[in-house]
Amino acid sequence: MRAVSHRDPTGMPESLSGGDIAAEERKGTLVDLSLETRTVGDRTVLAVAGEIDVYTAPKLREQIVALVDEGRYDLIIDMSAVDFLDSTGLGVLVGGLKRVRAHDGALALVCAEERILKIFRITGLTKVFPIHATVDEAVATAG
Amino acid sequence: MATVELRFSPLTSHVRTARIVAASLARQVGLGEETVDEVRLAVGEACARAVAIHEALGLETPIVLKIDDGPYTLAVDVCDCGEAGAPEPHPGLGLAVVTGLVDDVVVERGPGGNHVRMVWPVLTPIEAHREELATRPV
Repeated sequence: MRAVSHRDPTGMPESLSGGDIAAEERKGTLVDLSLETRTVGDRTVLAVAGEIDVYTAPKLREQIVALVDEGRYDLIIDMSAVDFLDSTGLGVLVGGLKRVRAHDGALALVCAEERILKIFRITGLTKVFPIHATVDEAVATAG
Repeated sequence: MATVELRFSPLTSHVRTARIVAASLARQVGLGEETVDEVRLAVGEACARAVAIHEALGLETPIVLKIDDGPYTLAVDVCDCGEAGAPEPHPGLGLAVVTGLVDDVVVERGPGGNHVRMVWPVLTPIEAHREELATRPV
């Protein structure tokens, strides 16, 4: 099967890129989730792209744990490029919040997509996380 | 009425496969994009729960996703082989999302396993009748 790697705008490619996923796993990344970290002042922005689900969420958890272990307790998780989020992903975000709070830190989210915000609303977690429309807004707001 | 059935090994990597199939069918029967997103999320949650049940019990038997599109509804069944009365593997959140999203959900436990059945309305009987009248040859 010819490997295809792409995400369409609706987050639902019709092709199944199984071979591609295996190849990417060997390289240590997942096709369906990409993570990039940068600092803005003394805050850390973790940009997530792709799908955060039961399969990819552990990768996100690993990255959050690594950041906290490095002493980064003021996190902004940029989910502008996230196409899908399930309850496992939510659990990882809640876990991240608890971790940074144990060090008097903060965790804010960037997300403006209603289809992603929906799961926060259903579970009542919009009250738990500061959620901003853009990274600039998140950075401008105190942690 | 047509049926699509997908059997998949209880791997978290296949939950996405199940989501893609369900969302594709939801589009095919003409559900709006917002409802397609609901189908995708709800089916994903039900399948992730089924995978967790199989993992907790050390089962390698496949999980079954069955989708029926009737004239008025899209009915999705996620069936696992867990024991009746066993405790929930992820206390609450996955099922809470499903019940929050879907009006018509039934979680049934039986001797062969559990079913999570979710039903979305496609056309009301009146709409179906109107459509039939509109397409009937003169």
